[in-house]
Amino acid sequence: MIHFDKFKLNNNLTVIVHQDKSTPMACVNILYDVGARDEDENRTGFAHLFEHLMFGGSINIPNYDEPLQMVGGENNAFTTNDITNYYCTVPAENLETAFWLESDRMLSLAFTDKSLEVQRSVVIEEFKQRYLNQPYGDVWLLLRPLAYKVHPYKWATIGKEIKHIEDATMDDVKAFFRKHYNPSNAIMVVAGNVEPERVKELAEKWFGPIPAGVKPERRLPEEPKQTEARTLTVERDVPVNSIYRAYHMCSRYDDAYHAVDILSDILSRGNSSRLYKSLIKDSQLFSDVHAYVMGDFDKGLFVISGKVNEGVSIEDAEKGIDEEIRKIQHEPIPADELQKCKNKVESTVTFSETDVLTKATNLAISELLGDADLINQEIEKYRVVTAEQVQEQARLVLDRNNCSTLYYLAKKS
Amino acid sequence: MLNRTLPPEFKTIESIEVLQANSSKLNNGIPVYSVNSGSQEITKIELIFKAGMFYQDQALVASATNNLLEAGTKTYTANQLSDQIDYYGSFFECSVGQDYASIALFSLNRYLSESLHFVEDILKNPIFPQEELDIYLSNKKQKYLVNSQKVNVLARRRFSELLFGEKHPYGIDVKTEDFDKVSRETILAFYKKYYHSGNCTIVVSGSLPPNIQDILNTHFGQEAWGQAGKVEKAMPPLTPTTQRQTIVKKDDAIQSAIRIGRILFNKTHPDYFKFQVLNTILGGYFGSRLMANIREDKGYTYGIGSGLASLVNSGYFYISAEVGAYVTKDALKEIYKEIALLREELVSEEELETVRNYILGQFLRSVDGPFALADKFKAIWEFGLGYDYFDAYFHAVKTITPEEIKALANKYLQEKDLIECVAGNPS
Repeated sequence: MIHFDKFKLNNNLTVIVHQDKSTPMACVNILYDVGARDEDENRTGFAHLFEHLMFGGSINIPNYDEPLQMVGGENNAFTTNDITNYYCTVPAENLETAFWLESDRMLSLAFTDKSLEVQRSVVIEEFKQRYLNQPYGDVWLLLRPLAYKVHPYKWATIGKEIKHIEDATMDDVKAFFRKHYNPSNAIMVVAGNVEPERVKELAEKWFGPIPAGVKPERRLPEEPKQTEARTLTVERDVPVNSIYRAYHMCSRYDDAYHAVDILSDILSRGNSSRLYKSLIKDSQLFSDVHAYVMGDFDKGLFVISGKVNEGVSIEDAEKGIDEEIRKIQHEPIPADELQKCKNKVESTVTFSETDVLTKATNLAISELLGDADLINQEIEKYRVVTAEQVQEQARLVLDRNNCSTLYYLAKKS
Repeated sequence: MLNRTLPPEFKTIESIEVLQANSSKLNNGIPVYSVNSGSQEITKIELIFKAGMFYQDQALVASATNNLLEAGTKTYTANQLSDQIDYYGSFFECSVGQDYASIALFSLNRYLSESLHFVEDILKNPIFPQEELDIYLSNKKQKYLVNSQKVNVLARRRFSELLFGEKHPYGIDVKTEDFDKVSRETILAFYKKYYHSGNCTIVVSGSLPPNIQDILNTHFGQEAWGQAGKVEKAMPPLTPTTQRQTIVKKDDAIQSAIRIGRILFNKTHPDYFKFQVLNTILGGYFGSRLMANIREDKGYTYGIGSGLASLVNSGYFYISAEVGAYVTKDALKEIYKEIALLREELVSEEELETVRNYILGQFLRSVDGPFALADKFKAIWEFGLGYDYFDAYFHAVKTITPEEIKALANKYLQEKDLIECVAGNPS
């Protein structure tokens, strides 16, 4: 059970405080409700590029990192297709430094040309390092546009192509900041060895004067139902043939989400899971196989991917996957197996609650999903999932007409 | 009116209290170190053996032995073991380092005894079935081939060989054909020699159940188990490269992976703490000189860093980055420029103060929570050091001067002593 206080400043900034006296640290996590899905299709990768620019100095403070390091702090951030999240941890007694730094960059950035120019290069190198100069690195650049025809999930957080990042201008940067970076569009969580009253004071002092701004309305096109199987085959200089299947599934807000998540656990969580036992150990069709949900906020993807063993045909490998899908769709799921997955969820959640930063980030995400207290309801939501619900989702989601398959093959030399 | 240009007052860290591990022994003499803290009813139990790669006579043997412990016992098949451990929501983790190998169980306290029953069996009665070994090696080989496409991996592998020598246990690099050479007999022999109560140390952490000592005694402490024998291995002499620069060619690479470094020392050396401060300034944190120059000024890389790796019988310093292929030379030039600056000019008091505070902040973070405290304990225990090590570290960071930093840079970071390895297609 994670206890917290929640209040709103007059400028609509939501503030959540979680006290944990067992740690000497304090953590400030600020989530902005903007991700790659909010980008213009012709200027993708922008939310993430912008995240980099948030470290390029703010209106009154030329450098973000240096003063934070001076007080023993550390920070980072991440961008997904749904959100952009910034966090820093400081020794608890230096909490105010974090407020000073975070409030100034919510107020306004410095917008220097040098920062934009350098971060464009840095992000381009990141694009290369993670997506182009790695075996299988471009899988999601290929699979997303295959699975999505309309919804902005069709491009990856890093962007569709390097050119979009090269083309970003200072005007774009300023417009993006004005639209998305304001108190109305942010959730702040302060966690660790902190006093809620003190946090309230500091929040009023540093964030209170920032103009509220307007929470941008999100009107994203809904992805039409997929009605026939889609495939794409590419050959690359990689040593092993791989298969990636992406099935459409419900959104993170949907009641069925937890049943789908358990479905992925039954199939692929740990060495006792079905795909591991059957496809890696018994039939030895694959050297590696996974099933997982992407966790998207809007209607998302359920992925099954695997590396095919040498000497095994793609057809046989696929038959192996299909047989496991048939079983889970049509044969009763043993009670023990379902209970195992629920126990695993419980211990995963319990272990994750040992870390104050993880708690802070999860509180912010829960609040954005509707209510910070969802964090405390998580285990129960998995506990009530029935075998029938899992099976129903298996039939609904794991349908070949609902699937986009990428065959990522080793180039024959 | 709020003046946003002025930083709020802050406090520097003046002391750090590290919750120490309690030491005890099981009935059969196995040393146990326990860190009892945390609010969640969970426990981590780690059994550590001197059975890392340093001890193997053949590539892959140490890791295969450790990973295949859970591949079946006299009583249970691999599937039965994973079914049971997963059923209790527990996590079983194998890990093999250069010097030590360990197995760890993470469990909710209420299922601890049930889960440990299987861990005990995994440890004492593994049978290493031939078929499981074949599957393991074949899958690992595929992973190895995939990793061999990564410039970062190519540079790291070659760099170790260059530092220690191609035949040295710390330098030896796995080759594709090694996967076909590991026999079940070799694995069994390695298991017998290294996995026994005389070579075992237990570290437990978490909000421990009150009867933890009894629980451990029941499963691991009743009598000596395994084939007792001395575990000793002398450190072979190093045979490092005499060539300062090496290129590992990968024609289609659009980035180059850079490794620069040298053999140095480990935690037990008197210059270790102060070199850590020097290292932090150069490449040990986001605000470091390498990051500030090569990422934040030039935009040549997504990330660059440096570190000092401690091994039981050695240690080495390294700089690592992936940079755009077409700026490889420029990046190298800037790296050497930053090292030269440290040799030639004094670090400013302000920069040193930032680094001091940053290091102490990191230290505070690293002793937060039971599992972190256990890791902190292991980090000294592995080197035969005691908790006064942390006091000495704290003191060194607080008192180091710019002159000392410059002297260290001159002593240890001469360009002629640094080995350079670049993987990719530098133009």
